[in-house]
Amino acid sequence: MDAVKDTLTGPIFKNNPIALQILGICSALAVTSSLKVTLVMCIALTLVTAFSNLFISSIRHHIPGSIRIIVQMTIIASLVILVDEVLKAVAYDISKQLSVFVGLIITNCIVMGRAEAYAMKNPPVASFMDGIGNGLGYSVVLIFVAVIRELFGAGKLFGFEILPLVTEGGWYNPNGLLLLPPSAFFIIGLFIWILRSADAKQVEEPDFRMAKHTVAEEGV
Amino acid sequence: MEYYLGLFVRAIFIENMALSVFLGMCTFLAVSKKVSAAIGLGIAVVVVLTITVPVNNLIYNYLLADGALAWAGLPDVDLSFLGLLSYIGVIAALVQILEMFLDKYVPALYNALGVFLPLITVNCAILGASLLMVERDYNFGESVVFGAGAGVGWALAIVALAGIREKLKYSDVPDGLQGLGITFITVGLMSLGFMALGGIDL
Repeated sequence: MDAVKDTLTGPIFKNNPIALQILGICSALAVTSSLKVTLVMCIALTLVTAFSNLFISSIRHHIPGSIRIIVQMTIIASLVILVDEVLKAVAYDISKQLSVFVGLIITNCIVMGRAEAYAMKNPPVASFMDGIGNGLGYSVVLIFVAVIRELFGAGKLFGFEILPLVTEGGWYNPNGLLLLPPSAFFIIGLFIWILRSADAKQVEEPDFRMAKHTVAEEGV
Repeated sequence: MEYYLGLFVRAIFIENMALSVFLGMCTFLAVSKKVSAAIGLGIAVVVVLTITVPVNNLIYNYLLADGALAWAGLPDVDLSFLGLLSYIGVIAALVQILEMFLDKYVPALYNALGVFLPLITVNCAILGASLLMVERDYNFGESVVFGAGAGVGWALAIVALAGIREKLKYSDVPDGLQGLGITFITVGLMSLGFMALGGIDL
């Protein structure tokens, strides 16, 4: 039971796909300006990762090594088409806002990366859990970014007013920068900083160390 | 002619694939430590984008779009739901063909590109450009220009980032920000810079 729990919770903080494995970053930046859209994206990605892991893992003994990428791609693409069609039918507005990013789940490296690294070597149930876990790890980062961006950028969460804006007679002066795409980079950068300060093992070695005890006058 | 030039410039600077639309980020962050590697990858992306976007355009307009099969006597067929599967198939196949072609006829370029060529299949800038092309209803000529422009823009961005990172490794970065963290913040600043071009209307 512990092993299942580990595969499920490990990717959330200890081995986060975005902060540590550098996987799936494109969509993390582009869809986080409003919480509703982000949530839909997270659910879509978690489902696709979980089920592609499950299916690939169930047929892993029958996939010839030389064409495995194409087989994986076909399974993933079919799942994404399914998600895309369901979204278009159920939540057309959101699917318009997500525009190309639903389709881009196919090339989202989290899905491919987990299929290749985990599902090809492990039994179906564990792979399914790994998919959910990595989906959740991705969701944690995205929701963190989206809450900051929507709350402080527009004073709203899920479109409901939380901080009354100055323009509408309230007191909060919104930070417009947070609604612009570059802010996502800064927030994820800071998130990585927090995560790595909490867990020093994740810190990368620098290429060059500063020399210690350098006195400024020495160079004169 | 002027219109195509405008489209080209817009794809490079105003709607830069990496810094404004945020596509191909994984490779963008992972392969930007050295300028030489960044140039190799940049060239590969330009070549692949210039070929795949027009090819996918033809496939969409003559096979998949609503009523596109009219030439085959099937005017009521709408296969656009097969789009994603077809585009990724075309991209994977073209990258493979390009790899074999370069290996046989231009071994120098093949060796220079090395491992980056197969990696391009899963670069979301390639699939993203095809999807944007479909979403914006580009015709064949526009798709050629858009593909090339998007590729050049992406290459420009990755070379610029690699240049900054080569200098950055001598600086004293806080431990937690080392590596990936500081790269994110650098890209954020570059992206702010590119936003300044956003107001240009062509």
